Amino acid sequence: MKPFPLCCVRAVIVKEFRQIRRDALSLMFLVFLPGFMLLLFGYALNFDIKHIPLAVVDEDGSRASRDLVDKFRTTEYFDLKAVLPKTAAIDPILAREDVRAALVIPAQFADDLTAGRSPSVQVIVDGSNAMSGTTAAGYVGAILQSYSQRITLRGLARRGFTDVALPLATEVRVWYNPELRSAKFLVPGLMAFILMVIVTVSTAFSVVREKERGTMDQIRVSSIRPMELILGKIIPYVAISLGSAHLVLLLGEVLFGVGIRGSYPLLLLAMVLFVTGALGQGLLISTITRTQQVAFLLAVLTTMLPTFILSGFVFPLRNMPPVVQAVTYLVPGRYFLAALRAIILKGAGLGAIWNQLLFLAVFAVLSIGTSAVRLGKGEKERPRRRRRGGA
Amino acid sequence: MPELAIEVRSLSKRFGDFIAVDAVSFDVDRGRIFGFLGANGAGKSTTIRMLCGLLDPTSGTATVGGFDIRREPERVKCVIGYMSQKFSLYEDLTVAENIRFFGGAYGLSKKDLDQRARWVLEMAGLKGRERSLTRTLSVGWKQRLALGCAVLHEPRIVFLDEPTGGVDPASRRRFWELINDLSERGITVFVTTHYLDEAEYCNDIRLIHAGRIVAGGSPQELKTQVIRNPILEVEADRTVEAMEVLQKEPWVLETSIFGTSLHVSVGDEGEGRRLVLDRLGREGIAVRRVDRIIPSLEDVFIHKIEEHTKAGVAEEARS
Repeated sequence: MKPFPLCCVRAVIVKEFRQIRRDALSLMFLVFLPGFMLLLFGYALNFDIKHIPLAVVDEDGSRASRDLVDKFRTTEYFDLKAVLPKTAAIDPILAREDVRAALVIPAQFADDLTAGRSPSVQVIVDGSNAMSGTTAAGYVGAILQSYSQRITLRGLARRGFTDVALPLATEVRVWYNPELRSAKFLVPGLMAFILMVIVTVSTAFSVVREKERGTMDQIRVSSIRPMELILGKIIPYVAISLGSAHLVLLLGEVLFGVGIRGSYPLLLLAMVLFVTGALGQGLLISTITRTQQVAFLLAVLTTMLPTFILSGFVFPLRNMPPVVQAVTYLVPGRYFLAALRAIILKGAGLGAIWNQLLFLAVFAVLSIGTSAVRLGKGEKERPRRRRRGGA
Repeated sequence: MPELAIEVRSLSKRFGDFIAVDAVSFDVDRGRIFGFLGANGAGKSTTIRMLCGLLDPTSGTATVGGFDIRREPERVKCVIGYMSQKFSLYEDLTVAENIRFFGGAYGLSKKDLDQRARWVLEMAGLKGRERSLTRTLSVGWKQRLALGCAVLHEPRIVFLDEPTGGVDPASRRRFWELINDLSERGITVFVTTHYLDEAEYCNDIRLIHAGRIVAGGSPQELKTQVIRNPILEVEADRTVEAMEVLQKEPWVLETSIFGTSLHVSVGDEGEGRRLVLDRLGREGIAVRRVDRIIPSLEDVFIHKIEEHTKAGVAEEARS
């Protein structure tokens, strides 16, 4: 009856494409939502801290203290917002969040300096946002450090030690993302996150919908084999989600300056493997659920949080407790993310990421294989939900 | 080709504690219209789904088109067409797209598909509506399109699960004409329904109740052989009250209400007629008419189910 195996795949592909095209809302969801989410997240999830509003209380008013204040005035990390007469004035404006940090230079600052006593400079940081607070404190510390180094060297020079050098000359070079811009770090993560959620959710619907409408039975009595159905359902979605992945890449390049350093074919391979795995997960969810609502819920639960939290997208995996770290090995986003960052930011080759790709391939084979098996016989043992009570 | 299109031997299906189909056995001759009758939940769909390979039986055997449903499900698929109760079509595809998809799903060649598509459009009366979205069609049209899609690959046996549910009477009649056409081409039609009037169109009927077959035969056989006692149709005032009175009489075997009249089963026609008039007269209930009638399938069905229920109660009481 069947001319050759897989001959029915074409019929399913054509049908799926037609249905996707008719369902404009889902198509928009698939194609444009990733780009939209990139915009949203790309601008909202910004860990870069610059132009921190700063207040200064200069109780000394000397040339030396003005010199120090100038150091803060000239860096782009701080914006000098207020010069206050006394320490007590800091509290209200810090509370109002007019400034996020304050610097207090004591009255004897210049005198102490010249006398060789170490004057204390007080730094007050708004710690209510721990992330930006820590960063601000770090910046202040670094500026004060370099200032006091200069004073030390100058003092030594005045006493005749002209060729003094500090024991350690630190020179930090940041590779791959020299400006340490969080966008570069986030764009690959966002891509993994967005693709995972959207692809899984949209395929999770596909089999359940056929079950709800009863067309699944019609397919099961036809010559279509489970694997043909799965291939036919996956191929259109792979094509569409690859399209939207490219849109995300393009937006990442144009808006956030995140270009691809590594090989494009390798990137494409990683994307295909990942998307196929995510589709497989969606299908698997689809085969074990009976209503679209449950399928949606499961798809969101199994993709959104794990990919956001456990993939290394936002929180570094290394800092997690060992148990949680163990769980992250089950999150496909983890491998994709590592591969993406390696290819896009570092220009890494196959040698550096083959293991990540291998995991992605295993995940894809497992998820699709399991759904094929489930689709083949899973339904046979269960009573069908009765619509009109007919049995 | 085997003479028997379908052969079922003590087929059972159990869902947990619930026995949906309880050791049913029957044969279906080739080219016949075989009606499977029963109330909702009687086990009709479960049986059909087992025969189509959509559900694994708990026990028992069956062959469809000569192929064992357990050992050769793929070969069974090749000789059958199936139409579920929901007229399962893709509502978001057009008429032509649905036909093309199902044609592809059955592995039809382009040439065969074109020819069969024309036939389906003609048969369903959908010519000129090829490009309409299926969801915009009326139920009757959807039903005929679903039938067309189920027989695209020219199966020898067609299973129709409650094909006329929710369809208007004119479309129902038209649909039964299509079923007749299929049968005349030598296709075996296995159809389930809970409309008793539709059973008259079938060559062979099985009544199924609570998972068991309680009666079988041609409509004529069922009407003349199952109920041997005469049935009187009584038209009287206060029908319900009349039934309550008659039920208590020892000479009344069975009573049931049909519309505004009462069906009373008695041992003897003349004696029964006299006793009915006498008893209702004493009660002051005016009787307009008492006629002996040929039992309808509904009478047969009710008789059989009551018999079955009584037997079940007696069995339970014994154990």
